[in-house]
Amino acid sequence: MIAVLFLLVPLIGLLARAPWRGLPQLLAEPEIREALRLSLLCATLATGISLLVGVPLAWVLARSTLPGISLLRALVTLPLVLPPVVGGVALLLTLGRTGLIGQYLDAWFGITLPFTTAGVVVAETFVAMPFLVVTVEGALRSSNRGLEEAAATLGSGPFATFRRVTLPLIGPSLLAGSVLCWARALGEFGATITFAGNFPGRTQTMPLAVYLALERDLDAAIALSLVLLLVSIAVLALLRERWLGTGARL
Amino acid sequence: MTSIPTTGLSARIILQREGFRLEAEVTVEPGEVLAVLGPNGAGKTTLLRILAGLLAVTEGRVSVSEQIWDDAETGRFVPATERSVGLVFQDYRLFPHLSVLDNVAFAARARGARRGPARREAALELHRLELTDLAGRRPGQLSGGQAQRVALARALAMRPRMLLLDEPLAALDARTRLELRTDLRRQLTAFAGPSIVVTHDPLEALVLADRILVLEDGRIVQEGAPAEVARRPATEYVARLMGLNLYPGVLADPATGRVELDDGGTLFAIGSGTDEAPMTATPGTSMLVVLAPAAIALHLARPGPGSPRNVWTGTVSGVELLTDRVRVAVAGRPGQPGALVDVTPAAVAELGLGAGQQIWLSAKATEVIAYPNPSP
Repeated sequence: MIAVLFLLVPLIGLLARAPWRGLPQLLAEPEIREALRLSLLCATLATGISLLVGVPLAWVLARSTLPGISLLRALVTLPLVLPPVVGGVALLLTLGRTGLIGQYLDAWFGITLPFTTAGVVVAETFVAMPFLVVTVEGALRSSNRGLEEAAATLGSGPFATFRRVTLPLIGPSLLAGSVLCWARALGEFGATITFAGNFPGRTQTMPLAVYLALERDLDAAIALSLVLLLVSIAVLALLRERWLGTGARL
Repeated sequence: MTSIPTTGLSARIILQREGFRLEAEVTVEPGEVLAVLGPNGAGKTTLLRILAGLLAVTEGRVSVSEQIWDDAETGRFVPATERSVGLVFQDYRLFPHLSVLDNVAFAARARGARRGPARREAALELHRLELTDLAGRRPGQLSGGQAQRVALARALAMRPRMLLLDEPLAALDARTRLELRTDLRRQLTAFAGPSIVVTHDPLEALVLADRILVLEDGRIVQEGAPAEVARRPATEYVARLMGLNLYPGVLADPATGRVELDDGGTLFAIGSGTDEAPMTATPGTSMLVVLAPAAIALHLARPGPGSPRNVWTGTVSGVELLTDRVRVAVAGRPGQPGALVDVTPAAVAELGLGAGQQIWLSAKATEVIAYPNPSP
């Protein structure tokens, strides 16, 4: 009971203090709209990149029988438990202008990641991709290998089988993983502020804007928080339905 | 021993795994149906997986139509994807997210056909197998028998070079099995390539196959025409399946047909009268003796002098009612063979048969068939 109160009361506090009347006006402010736009864009890009490289990774983790694979799995999921600030520092030291790889990116391609919008995407991807990988790997692990064998005897190569059989069957998990990944990217704070900084219009996502607004304009901070809360509830509802849906179908 | 190349399947298979070894030589002519019969764990499914290309041999070679698919010596291995072998799995393995039509169209799609033509072809196949009504359904909406037919349709739709069926009717109830068995027989007869049916049901093997191969513990223990296997089982397992009493023994006297049984006792037998004449075999030859349960008579007291030359005693150990007769299990007294005996329910009542009862058995020598043991 205490735990429930502890978890719920702060949310009520937030709702109680919300400047409901001025809300539309607050959300229409260019700075806030800019943060909103940037957040949605970066989280979506980060999710896209995670899907592109994370699904193949999940497949390797689920199917490979190589000896080092469990160690690799542990390392890949490290960002799940790593404090995001540490992730940001690590990214800065690696991809920063003088970093391990960053110096070559800068010297050869003229690419600089830190303190850019691309940097935000990198930071969010780093933190959020493991959510997708872990979810999809679990689904692949428990998926029916027999169907893949059946597809092979029908003349379907590994890639076609993955596309026509495996992927449709893990679809629900893929969606759940994507939503989790997207929500995590949207809320990313520590790694983003460390690696990409806090420049309005360029790297200032909603969580950063909330933090900054808290000192200048409390109402704006509350308004932004409400938006993030709404997104969280939407994600929860979507996942709920999805999970219940798949549970009923299987 | 090397196998003669044929246009059908020719395989010499050795698979060595921890705690298991499969060693078998299998040839199947085009159009021929081979049943692989054996108990669970004998290696039947492993054999199919090797032929389908889901497993490679440790030693040996698999070829079809003189095309080498797997050769341990040269390291050549054609993967399942390129073999075009129709494999019907025991659990069917239909794709749950695709309709029956798309399941059957899957192979064509995998070969690069467009959806339209692939579906049209699949629809024709479904029509041929009288499954058109099911085309729009998902596998989850099919009964066991329907799923089995669809699995067969999916395998046949790829125009396979060889057809492999793993326990095709095992998951079905008795009634559906009876129905599908006839149907399956027709499909197998119509199929032009070699086909193999794995089963542990002797009736299925007898009905479906042109030839039976019995696999036990990863080894072939018998191979032959169904009638031959049914009449002259080579092992206790096959004899039990075929419902026969089987006794290994040694020929003592060819003139009288006397065989000394390994587990004690003596039976007078005649030769099987077909290709081999065991009674011309020399004394000391290892023999198998079969005796049908219906050919044994039971008596409460020692029967008086008569024609049956085999008379011995035992104790009733069990009585079981089969559909139209009663099967009595008799344990032999020390030095006497045990037997299963079929009698009528009336006889059971008349004799008052019950467990623990002393009983006399008799059988005419002409009902006792002896032949040399193929694997002594």
